[in-house]
Amino acid sequence: MSMPAYYTTKDKIWHYTFRVICFAIFFFLLAPILIMIPLSFNAQPFFTFTREMLTLNPEGYSLRWYRDFLGSESWMRSIRNSFVIGIAATLVSTTLGTLAALGLSRSEMPAKGLIMGILISPMIVPLIISAAGMFFFFSSINIAQTYLGVVLAHAALGTPFVVITVTATLVGFDQSLTRAAANLGASPTRTFFKITMPLILPGVISGALFAFITSFDEIVVVLFVAGVEQRTIPREMWSGIREDISPTILAVATILVLISVALLTVVELLRRRGERMRGLSPQ
Amino acid sequence: MADATAEGGLTGSETDKRGRLLTSDGTPLRRALERANRRRKLTALALVAPLLAFILIFFAFPIAQMMWRSVDNPQVVNALPRTLDALQDWDGRALPPEPVFAALHADMVADLDLPRREQKIGPLGIRLNYELSAARSAISRTTRDVANFQEPYSEAFTAAHRLWGDVELWRIIKREGKPLTLSYYVAALDREYDADGNIVKRPENRQIYVSLFGRTLALSLAITAMTFLLGFPIAYYLSILPMRYANLLMIAVLLPFWTSLLVRTSAWIVLLQQQGVINNTLVGLGIIGDDGRFSLIYNQTGTIIAMTHILLPFMVLPLYSVMRTIPPSYMRAAKSLGATPWTAFRRVYFPQTLPGIGAGGVLVFIISIGYYITPALVGGQSGRMISNEIARHIQQSLNWGLAAALGSMLLVGVLVLYWLYNRLVGTDSLKFG
Repeated sequence: MSMPAYYTTKDKIWHYTFRVICFAIFFFLLAPILIMIPLSFNAQPFFTFTREMLTLNPEGYSLRWYRDFLGSESWMRSIRNSFVIGIAATLVSTTLGTLAALGLSRSEMPAKGLIMGILISPMIVPLIISAAGMFFFFSSINIAQTYLGVVLAHAALGTPFVVITVTATLVGFDQSLTRAAANLGASPTRTFFKITMPLILPGVISGALFAFITSFDEIVVVLFVAGVEQRTIPREMWSGIREDISPTILAVATILVLISVALLTVVELLRRRGERMRGLSPQ
Repeated sequence: MADATAEGGLTGSETDKRGRLLTSDGTPLRRALERANRRRKLTALALVAPLLAFILIFFAFPIAQMMWRSVDNPQVVNALPRTLDALQDWDGRALPPEPVFAALHADMVADLDLPRREQKIGPLGIRLNYELSAARSAISRTTRDVANFQEPYSEAFTAAHRLWGDVELWRIIKREGKPLTLSYYVAALDREYDADGNIVKRPENRQIYVSLFGRTLALSLAITAMTFLLGFPIAYYLSILPMRYANLLMIAVLLPFWTSLLVRTSAWIVLLQQQGVINNTLVGLGIIGDDGRFSLIYNQTGTIIAMTHILLPFMVLPLYSVMRTIPPSYMRAAKSLGATPWTAFRRVYFPQTLPGIGAGGVLVFIISIGYYITPALVGGQSGRMISNEIARHIQQSLNWGLAAALGSMLLVGVLVLYWLYNRLVGTDSLKFG
């Protein structure tokens, strides 16, 4: 925002004050996350910058918390668990969610509002209530404290994101393409895989990513439904914070921030690709 | 229209005697169309059905089942059928007569004969303990000797535990001797039954939940207000920047949004604790003394700061998308018509951002009243919210009925707010990233 020539002094002061305020808020958003990165290389078991770190003395920095993390059996198990559970839950919720979105975006779908409401309810109900309900139900059918239980729970929590993203993609979808395919003799299955799927793929992938990150970051349901064997990364961080807080958590946090940067990049690229592709099809 | 199509020569189509259009195999066109439409409707339903069934079984049903626990009350009915029978004509004033004690004796002895897993006196003790502490120990102590009790039973029971001589316990047994109860909701609203069975307020020192609901609402409002105060300027700034810069600065909003909740919460622990970065910096700069360190965490301040940070993107994103659509020419027009910048902002710009403020505000508010993790980790005692109390009753005090009652009240509150949100902006506007 360049400053127009007719600005008075008062306007100019306000213009700069406003910028300073905005950047202070951006700082508030980013600083807490970024400050953990240097602190995770602390040579001392403190959560604060030591004198050596401030004077950039190499002695003040070390990789001991990363070694601690990589050498810990429970942390390694939690990584395995997070990925296994996350990927399995994502597969379930992406498959079911994409199918449902295809059905919901058809104009002849009855009771659309009601069904949509039920399908996105896992996103609206407070997690503590979902977790408590699942805890009682899963215990009664003996799948509490099993991988199956956690995967089903996370799949349920992830589906609204798939349904919403894929439905949004289908809004811009040109239905005449599938009719053309059918007209040219393709079976519905063939039409889906050859025509529909490639076009809605960006939406499906970003829905899947949302489902994955939902599971990957989920802790409340894990606290209630998972046993010791199924502890995920957030669950391990939870006990780390509550029981013996050590900078190992900061090392884990740094790695997780890098993962989120990677995911954010992928989603952004997909969004742009999706916009480009939708730009191609006639509205 | 139909005639025109017929004359236009739908190849292979004919009309029957009454002039209705027929398809090539001779069925009336209307019926064929209806059939085709029905088939398409069924296809659409079949696509949605797997997910709908999945959500109903693994999500909706468990929650309904949990809410049922808030009124379900089988323990007394199952354990003491004879006693309840005998209590039918009891007026609740003095201690019940001997036949009631005899029935109680019969019930308890009968229970001893059952296999251990089917015994009902244990759950009874737990259930009565919610209403009257010490009831559980009275029942378990009595169970040990009940087989050797001699008539008169009233003396044997009161000798085994003094609580059997307390009219209060008997009133509770009679009151809770119904398959459904409201007593969990009564407790969740800080009420109790008095001797006449009226619902009255609990003594001051035992009132917990109403003030906790109040605090949850107050904290959520404070957090919503904070996210608005911080979110409005940056959403505005992002909306007037050229797209290139806006996308770049948007990373500052999206990175926290995508970063693990636990990471963000531990970041605030690192920053805010007594020996943390903020306090150490202030002491190092000589602004505060070593003994004047601020308590910024494990209290309400900690909850508000951390949750404002965590929920800020939920305010900025809807605000930004609304502000992008407001043409800058409106403000220029207002100014050229003689409005001061402040008036132009207040009268022209701000009203147009209201849908965004409503959407972001309700979203932040809904998320924060059900929040559990951050208050549990940084909230200490004074920053606890209703979710933490629900979790405590499920995991520690094991009073599941009360947890279900508190949870149902929270759920109804959230659903009402969500309905409001839907009225305000519509579900279609829910987008991510």
